[in-house]
Formats: sequence, structure tokens, C-alpha cells
Amino acid sequence: MTAAPVAIVLVSHSAALAAGAAQLAGQMAPDVHCIGCGGLADGSLGTIIDPVETTIGQALDSAASVVVLADPGSAVMTVETAIDLHDEWAGRVLLARAPFVEGAVAAAVAAQAGGTLDAVNLAATQASHMWNEVPSGMSPQGEQEGSPDRRNHPADDATDSEPDSDPDSDPDGDTVTGTVAVPNPLGLHARPAAVVARHVSAFGVPTTINGADASSVLMLMALEARQGHTLTVTATGDRAQQAVDSVIDLISAGFGEI
Amino acid sequence: MTSSLPAPTDASARDAIAHGSVVHGSVVLDAAWVSRWAALAAQAIAANENLLTELDRQIGDGDHGINMVRGWTAVADKLAQQASEPQTVGDVLKTIATTLMSTVGGAAGPLYGTAFLRASKVTARPVIDAHGLVSLIEAAQEGIETRGRASAGEKTMIDAWQPAAHAAETAATAHPAHALAVLQAAAAAADAGATATIGLLATKGRASYLGDRSIGHEDPGARSTAIILQAAVEAAAVADVEAASAAVVGVEAAGAEVAEETAA
Repeated sequence: MTAAPVAIVLVSHSAALAAGAAQLAGQMAPDVHCIGCGGLADGSLGTIIDPVETTIGQALDSAASVVVLADPGSAVMTVETAIDLHDEWAGRVLLARAPFVEGAVAAAVAAQAGGTLDAVNLAATQASHMWNEVPSGMSPQGEQEGSPDRRNHPADDATDSEPDSDPDSDPDGDTVTGTVAVPNPLGLHARPAAVVARHVSAFGVPTTINGADASSVLMLMALEARQGHTLTVTATGDRAQQAVDSVIDLISAGFGEI
Repeated sequence: MTSSLPAPTDASARDAIAHGSVVHGSVVLDAAWVSRWAALAAQAIAANENLLTELDRQIGDGDHGINMVRGWTAVADKLAQQASEPQTVGDVLKTIATTLMSTVGGAAGPLYGTAFLRASKVTARPVIDAHGLVSLIEAAQEGIETRGRASAGEKTMIDAWQPAAHAAETAATAHPAHALAVLQAAAAAADAGATATIGLLATKGRASYLGDRSIGHEDPGARSTAIILQAAVEAAAVADVEAASAAVVGVEAAGAEVAEETAA
């Protein structure tokens, strides 16, 4: 596969943090150019503009556009200054207002799915939702929206679900549901969540798992689905059955961990 | 622009006018002045490194002193090594801007860098007058406001730049022929503004994490702003004294080098 059209540049005060975030995001998005940049030449914390300009410029050599994430303070201002100085980057480089690590992962997975600059930026900015909001399109597993338990044990109620009563069903399309038990020992952790999210994005049919947007790696990770948990997969519209079946097959296969 | 001005402004301007070197000499705010300004700022920042570090330790991460010394030392070195003489005020300001962006390493890099870059864009002339000086300071203030998304009263360097710009404008309106008076008024207002940050609650920058505990400490960025603007005054006043001296004793006198530059 050729390189994804959107590259990710991660700018931190810490060279180690920037490199680590790039490694983490890159693991979930093998075809996305994820590059870290940060720290000062003497190894101390800080950001200066030259390496930021160089790194973004290099990223633009291999990708049509770049989403940049920065940790708070001078890193953000340094990136903004660099973007201001390079008129030729207009429309090709965006600084995402997003949490550094979560945003990097979400952006990388969105880029891996072939997302546009705006789509990748949006995925990054929505990453903060995994900590303070229930997933959008949440289905009727008997939990109240905003329930504090939702984030911690969202998968536990999966077997109680009654998908036929799903209030989020699209009246204009057929809603199909199916269930699958998580077979692999580590459950739906980061890498499997990324595999599922990429698959769903590529498939192109709106799909949820336990009400969470299945194209969002962060929403899937927030389910904290563990081995043995039963997940409810729901899709709507044309090819809904194929979408549900394919996701169930994917999860059943165990992500190479069984 | 006249009703809301801080009281000390006009007094500062009057003090400056009363200063003999201003009345009898004429300062030339040219590229050489900016180069002297940068050299004096580098010295002043170095002399105040411990103060800036201590202020930043109280309400920030303690790196403002070392970062500013690194940046301004690089600026002074860069200007000293330049092969060709800069032609305009803006040329030197731009070199200051890009060097700070490339060397400071903390928030002061993009903040001061953007300030001097914006200032360079409104000063692309061999010499600026009192009104040009006002434009320079206002552009710098706007650059910092844009970059830091800050406004006055949030305990940031804006609380030194904003009164400086106000004071400069008032002084330039009252005494358009006296650029040094304008500069002195700006520096005095920046100093007063920095001191006044002691009583402010920080709502921007790292100090804002401290909440009420930020009150009672001076903002290090506001203090470094005051130090830098004071260096601009001294850079102008030195030239003025030298120019006046040179007019009396001739260009072969000790101050010949500076006099040549100011007479150009």
C-alpha cells in the first residue's frame, strides 16, 4: 500500500514523548507517516522552530497534507508560528486542537483509513470525547446516558441488550444486529480496536459496537471489552448484514492472539 | 486614546523632554540603533537571569531566565557576525525575531519572535520617527496577543506591552519630534505594568495553573519585556550623547564609530 495522503507530525517539549507518541500512533497505522519532533539539542525540554519547520516540510514530501499535534504551551505556539511563516502550507497543514496521545492515535487511524485532512483533524479533536462523553449513537443496553459506570464497564451489559428496540435505528434503512464474544485474552485493546476501526471505515457502512462508533478506535477502546464479553454489532442500511458479519468474523478470529 | 491612559504617561514624557540630551540632541532610530538595542538587551537579560529565573520558579517552570539568555546571546552573536550592514530597522528586527524563534526553546521564543517579526513588517525603513516607534511597539503587542491568545489583565507580558504602547502613542501625539521621549515613556510604562502584575491573578499561561497562588508574584515575561524596552531607551540615548559629543569635538573623538552610524 502506498503512503496515506495525510501524515501526522507530533511536536512535544520532550523528544522522548514526541518519539513515543509517533511510535504508538504508527503501530496502529502502518501506512501513515507519523513523525515525532521535539526537545532541544542539548536534551533539555523545549521547542524551537527550525526542526518543526523541517519535519513538517519532510512530511509534506511524502503526503499531500499534514495534521500536527502539540503538547500544551510553547509547542503549540511554535507550531502556530511555523504555519504562519509558511504561506505555501496553506490548506495543507493543520494544528489539531486535541489531546496529544489520544489525538495522535485517533488521527493516525483516521489517516490509515484514507481520511482527508479535515477528517483526520476531526478524528483528533474528537479524541477528548473518550474521557468526558458517552459514545455517540449509544444503544439501549439499559444504561443511562452519562452514567459514570459506562466508561468503566460498558461491555458488561452487552448480553442484556435488546437490539430490536434500538432507538437509534434508522427508519429509512434496515438495521441488522449480531453478537460476538471476544475470544482473545487481551480483549479489544488498542491494536485490535484499530484493526476493527480501519475495517469499518473501509467497509463504509455505519456500524456500532455496543453503541460506540465502530470506526473510532478510541470509542472502541473506551468499551474496555475483555475476553469473554459479548459485544453487540449493529449496522444500518445497504450491506448492513455484510458489515455486521464481517465485523463479527474479524473479532471472532482473535486478531492473531489466539 | 486619550481618556483611559495611565496617569504616569504624560509625566514620563515630560521627564524625558526635560532631559537635556533630548532637547539639545536628536536621536536617530535606525538599523544601528536596533543593533545596539539588541546588544544592550542581551547584556541586561544576562545581568537579570537570576531574577527572571526566580520569578518564573515562583509561578512557572523556572526556565525563563536561561531561555532568554540563550536567545538574546544568540541574537547578539548573530548581529555581530553579519557580513553586510542591515539597511532598515525592520531588517534587524527580523533577524532578532528569527533568531529568538530558533534558540529560546520556551514560550518566550514564539511570543517574542512573533512580536519582533510583526514589528519588522511595519518598520521597513532606514529610519523611523516617533510615530514609527509607536507602530513598532503596537505591532509587537498585537503579535504577542495573537500568539498567546492573551489580553491585558491576565498577568502576562501583555501587561507590560499594552501600557507601553498606550504611553508611546500619547507621548508621540504630544511630542511628535521627540522619539527618545516616546521610547522613555514606553519603557517607563512597561516597567510600571510589570510591577502591577504582582497584584494580578494569572488566567493565561502556566501560572494560571496556580490560581489564587499566582497573586503576589511578578510575571517574568512582563519583567523581561520591561528590561528589553529599557535597553531600547539606552541604545537610543547612548547614540544621542555620542552624537552631541561628536558635534562638539569632531568625528575623530572616542565615540567616532557610533557617531558615524547615527550621522548616516
